[in-house]
Amino acid sequence: MTMAVETIARRRVKRRHRDIGQLGVALVFLAPAMIGFFIFHFRPAVLGLWNSFTDKELLRPTAAFVGVENYRDMVSDDVFRNALAVTLKYVLINIGTQTICAIAIAWMLDRMPGSRLMRTIVLTPWLMSNVVVALLFLWILDFRLGVANAFLEWIGIGAQPFFSSSAWAIPTIALVNAWRYTGYTALLLFAGLQTIPKSVKEAALVDGCGEAQRFFRVTLPLLRPVLAVVLVITVIGSFQIYDTIDVTTDGGPVNASRVIYVYIFDQAFARRNFGYASAMSVVLLFILAIVTIILMRLLRANESDLA
Amino acid sequence: MIVPIDIAPAEFASAAEYRRDPVRRRPRSGDIVLWFLVAILLIVTLFPFYWSLRTALSTNAALPASSRSLLPADFSFGGFERALGLATTAESIAAGGSGAEINFLRALFNSFVVSAMVAVGQVLCCAFAAYAFARLKFPGRNVLFFVVLTSLMVPPIFTLLPNFIWVQERGWLNSYIGIAAPNLLMSPFAIFFLRQFFLTIPNEIEEAATIDGAGRFRTFFTIIVPMAASSVATLAVLTFIGQWNEYLWPKLVGQDRSVRVLTAALGNFRSQTPQGTPDWAGLMAATWVSALPILILLLLVGKRLVNSIQFSGIK
Repeated sequence: MTMAVETIARRRVKRRHRDIGQLGVALVFLAPAMIGFFIFHFRPAVLGLWNSFTDKELLRPTAAFVGVENYRDMVSDDVFRNALAVTLKYVLINIGTQTICAIAIAWMLDRMPGSRLMRTIVLTPWLMSNVVVALLFLWILDFRLGVANAFLEWIGIGAQPFFSSSAWAIPTIALVNAWRYTGYTALLLFAGLQTIPKSVKEAALVDGCGEAQRFFRVTLPLLRPVLAVVLVITVIGSFQIYDTIDVTTDGGPVNASRVIYVYIFDQAFARRNFGYASAMSVVLLFILAIVTIILMRLLRANESDLA
Repeated sequence: MIVPIDIAPAEFASAAEYRRDPVRRRPRSGDIVLWFLVAILLIVTLFPFYWSLRTALSTNAALPASSRSLLPADFSFGGFERALGLATTAESIAAGGSGAEINFLRALFNSFVVSAMVAVGQVLCCAFAAYAFARLKFPGRNVLFFVVLTSLMVPPIFTLLPNFIWVQERGWLNSYIGIAAPNLLMSPFAIFFLRQFFLTIPNEIEEAATIDGAGRFRTFFTIIVPMAASSVATLAVLTFIGQWNEYLWPKLVGQDRSVRVLTAALGNFRSQTPQGTPDWAGLMAATWVSALPILILLLLVGKRLVNSIQFSGIK
């Protein structure tokens, strides 16, 4: 009896010893990064959620709990609904163009060995800041002096008010950002193409498949899991478009390019409605989560046809 | 520039096989289509850079009459002189500039300070943390790592609002520390990236060091860090570029000229000349000043950068 108790006690001591593991050293290693994580990621995420249920205002220390009022306001807010529609339009044009071009470029890169220089060149736009890219195209697409409009006039189409017309603003910004991100996306897809075994492509070749057939029936289906992950990354990024719009149109003309990020920003800092802005960010978080789940499901990201 | 490209036409599964083929001298229609696409890709990618350089080396007065010429209109370094604040205010205004408003020298310096702070601080702290996640055993390790990874999914605007209030309460608005703060100590991506790398280092090497009596810290600095040096350096470069390109947060907390970074200074530009004709030559020179450090980094470490992005794509 006493022996059994002793054994259990000893075991307990031993287990506790093992459980802690290298906690002491680990704490020292983790401390700096975890302080940053707590202050700038964890704390604001919880606080943001809480703020969305209050009437918090910028520069006012007190805030009252208002329940779901902010969320109810959103339903009847025309500008918010417009912002969602504009953002969606932007995402569709941006992701559509960018993904198709990126697949084509990845396929080209895959066909050229020693394409390293080409890959570096293709990546360059992605390394530029949004502000620089926005300014480059603000100049190239300028109504009076831009080279693009000089070209359009020369071929007889005539100059277009790219950034200043409500019909053109969103497509223009979507294509400008497609220019910045296509190379990066292509590189990710290229890495995916490289993982497809040569034997599969050769088998299709032996079976007498043409180039197009091989691409659509063999390569693209095998690329699907990588494509799904790349789409999730780029779509989430695309929903958060802000910089380019802030530099070029600032949401205009009227609300034609007032995407969700710009509107949240307006509410938070121009009108100081922190509570309302927080609630809209919560909704954005949910939209992104749902979009991610739908994309992963649609593209069956977790299964590969190679197995 | 010579581009060493070797394109295998459609009939071949790989370029290597194409090169082995004895009858490949025959030109194929597939070849021509591919070369044509490559040419278009190069033009579309590089033309905006060239056009802004061409504009930067022109004078504003000559620009309207020559929008179809590929060469600089009335060649001049005036744009760069104004962008770097080397021209006097009177000269700037005479050249169609907005006076002293586009002096980016200070902003260039500020961008360097903030980006270097973040690159060093973040990579160092994340290397420590990633080592703990990859190698040390302690209760709650996996849960904590999962929580850190989850925060990758949270859109930045969500945390930006409370962070702004926090930084404001500390009186950090318009200071380097305020601009750098959210990224100074960690980013979930950096921890993830470095942990993946540390996991590939064989355990035996460390065990040997431990048997020889080296403590955890000695092992980390004398064995892990040197082995991971190139990976850590690549991440530092990516972090530097990322911070260099940050816009929203620096614009929000660092509008004062003494700390304002390049992106915030450039972003202001348009609102300063809402109706009048902007100083396009000066502005394009300024965008080149802002892009040049990144282009130099790309020349130095382009290969590693490309590899690391492909690596992150497969993960």
